[in-house]
Amino acid sequence: MTQLSLPRRAPNLSWLLLVPAVALMAGVVYVPLIQSAVRSFGDPPSLQEYADLFSDGITMTVFWRTLGSAVVVTLVTLVLGYPYAYMMTRASARVRGLLMTVVLVPFWTSAMARNFAWLILLERNGPVDRIFQFFGIHDVVFYQTTTGVTIAMTQVMLPFMVLPLYSALAGIDRKLLLAAQGLGSTPVKAFWKVFWPLSKVGVMSGLVLVFTLSMGFYITPALLGSPQNSMIAQLISQRATQLLDFAAAGALGTFVLIVTLVLVGMANSQGGSISAISVVVNTDSPKGNG
Amino acid sequence: MTQLSQSNSETFAAASLAAKSGTEVRLEGVTKDFGLAKPAVDDITLRIEPGEFMTLLGPSGSGKTTTLNLIAGFEVLTKGQVLLNGQDVGALPPHKRNLGMLFQNYALFPHMSVYDNVAYPLRERKTAKDEIQRRVGEVLELVQLVGRDKHLPKQLSGGQQQRVALARAIVFNPKVLLLDEPLGALDRNLRGALQLEIRRIHREVGSTFVFVTHDQDEAMNLSDRIALFNEGEIEQVGAPEELYARPETLFTAKFLGDSNVFHLGKVSPIDNAVAWEDERWAVDANTVSPKVASDRGSALVVRPEGVSVSKNRSEVPPDANAVKATILDIEYLGSYRTLVLALGDARLNGRARIDAQSSDFSLGEEVVAWWRPYRQRLVAE
Ligand SMILES: Nc1ncnc2c1ncn2[C@@H]1O[C@H](COP(=O)(O)OP(=O)(O)O)[C@@H](O)[C@H]1O
Ligand SMILES: [Mg+2]
Repeated sequence: MTQLSLPRRAPNLSWLLLVPAVALMAGVVYVPLIQSAVRSFGDPPSLQEYADLFSDGITMTVFWRTLGSAVVVTLVTLVLGYPYAYMMTRASARVRGLLMTVVLVPFWTSAMARNFAWLILLERNGPVDRIFQFFGIHDVVFYQTTTGVTIAMTQVMLPFMVLPLYSALAGIDRKLLLAAQGLGSTPVKAFWKVFWPLSKVGVMSGLVLVFTLSMGFYITPALLGSPQNSMIAQLISQRATQLLDFAAAGALGTFVLIVTLVLVGMANSQGGSISAISVVVNTDSPKGNG
Repeated sequence: MTQLSQSNSETFAAASLAAKSGTEVRLEGVTKDFGLAKPAVDDITLRIEPGEFMTLLGPSGSGKTTTLNLIAGFEVLTKGQVLLNGQDVGALPPHKRNLGMLFQNYALFPHMSVYDNVAYPLRERKTAKDEIQRRVGEVLELVQLVGRDKHLPKQLSGGQQQRVALARAIVFNPKVLLLDEPLGALDRNLRGALQLEIRRIHREVGSTFVFVTHDQDEAMNLSDRIALFNEGEIEQVGAPEELYARPETLFTAKFLGDSNVFHLGKVSPIDNAVAWEDERWAVDANTVSPKVASDRGSALVVRPEGVSVSKNRSEVPPDANAVKATILDIEYLGSYRTLVLALGDARLNGRARIDAQSSDFSLGEEVVAWWRPYRQRLVAE
């Protein structure tokens, strides 16, 4: 009797597809990251740089200012972005395309151009200032203040909130809202009991994405702010490029990274096991059974 | 014998329960115009009895779902009235109409457990907690889903999800249950089982059921009456047997079951004979549809089971209507077989159902197809 032999399975080499991207990420992100973390402990190694962060009187002020404006930017983009994303799911294909373009234009323009536009809008006696003056308001200053920086950051961050939100909301079966109303809910209750919980995945993604990006904002505060109200990224840059104090810069960077990761981890444990990017990339969000 | 009388009394009890607890649904000149060439629902008038199982049957796009949505309040009427027990509900939003609704894709809330899904309408009605527990338990038993209450919808099979949706739709004792192709997504075996279950639940809860389907067999199996939809209008309303045996239009005859169809052009409804090619056929007055009119085309239809086949004219009874035919194919179906025929000079497609024992025919054979006049219907085109 002849034994039929199965064709031998070729070794699975598809993991090789990962190599180029992983190599790039390792080379330009993780190696420098680890290097700067290692340097932050100084030579001989100590926790001195970290202790200084809390005691130098400036780092913590800047850190709290950055955290505060990141939180404000994150919440305001959510409040602005949610209705916008919702309307995008309801609009006709043409209007949706238009709304999408409006969101994406900031992506297509250079960050510099965008921030200079804000500079012109917000400067003393610029258009915004004059509108306020027209209404007799003279004591609100936008130029070189945290308020102005936060406003500009909100605009820049809006797409990062709208896109994951839209992708999550578009995946929600609208029949569920009708079903809820058919079962006795007012439209408002149907929204809060059915639509809102199902959109949480997108909300969490948007929050995490905007928050992490806001924590590291550099150009906007550098152009629109002033040295008196700089943000953490400027502080890091200053220590690294002007003071050449790589240990201090590394310690600060590592500290911000850890705080951000802890907050993101907390957010993720709230929204299930979803990372910020999962919804942006993957539209396989809850969809009823439709 | 005891069994028979028992099942009889059960049906009777169910019927009387139904009469007590269902709501009458009346549609008066109901119209919905989406601005297309023809209104999606075009001046429909229909009275659905309390406790009745009414099926809206029709091809896709004929306006069934729109009609259901108008009853539920998900769409706003262009014209006409929807009355529940005589009360005009046109101005009420869906959540105030107190109707149960079952969607084709179940529309279960994916973030809620089976229990929370089924409890949802009760919580919206501020039912007490222990009452909710009792009702949900009861209704999960009714749909045979005991022990699944902690599962999420996506952990259940399609059939089980449909049962959850059904449980959720009936848990608050709605007086009317609207079902939009609820079995459409299920495979054939499961559909059969769930049809039986829906029938049983209808008997047990006694609400008025308005059931939408495009599947004629499903409609025939389930319904007390069928309203047949065609392009936003109701073509005919009646019990399944009635629609099958006494179609008024060609559309009805063709939609429900197979028919041999002879197009006649304009004929007068009072003639006692019609001509087709060189045949002359007798017409019984009581087989003429009330919709036949001399200014409108008519057709003569005969079901395959009404048609007999003989080898030559001399074997055809003198009072039968006959047409020459050629045998194209023979389908064996156990207890009977179906002859696929080409009828007359026009070689129209036709079918005759004959006994498995009857004399042998061969493919291509020239024969005579015939039927008694009472087996035919003269219908409007
Ligand atoms: N919201 C709507 N807007 C425009 N046209 C619609 C809408 N809903 C249904 N229609 C149209 O109305 C007709 C009937 O649709 P529907 O009631 O869904 O039919 P059925 O349920 O019998 O398949 C179709 O031509 C459909 O395209
Ligand atoms: Mg439909």
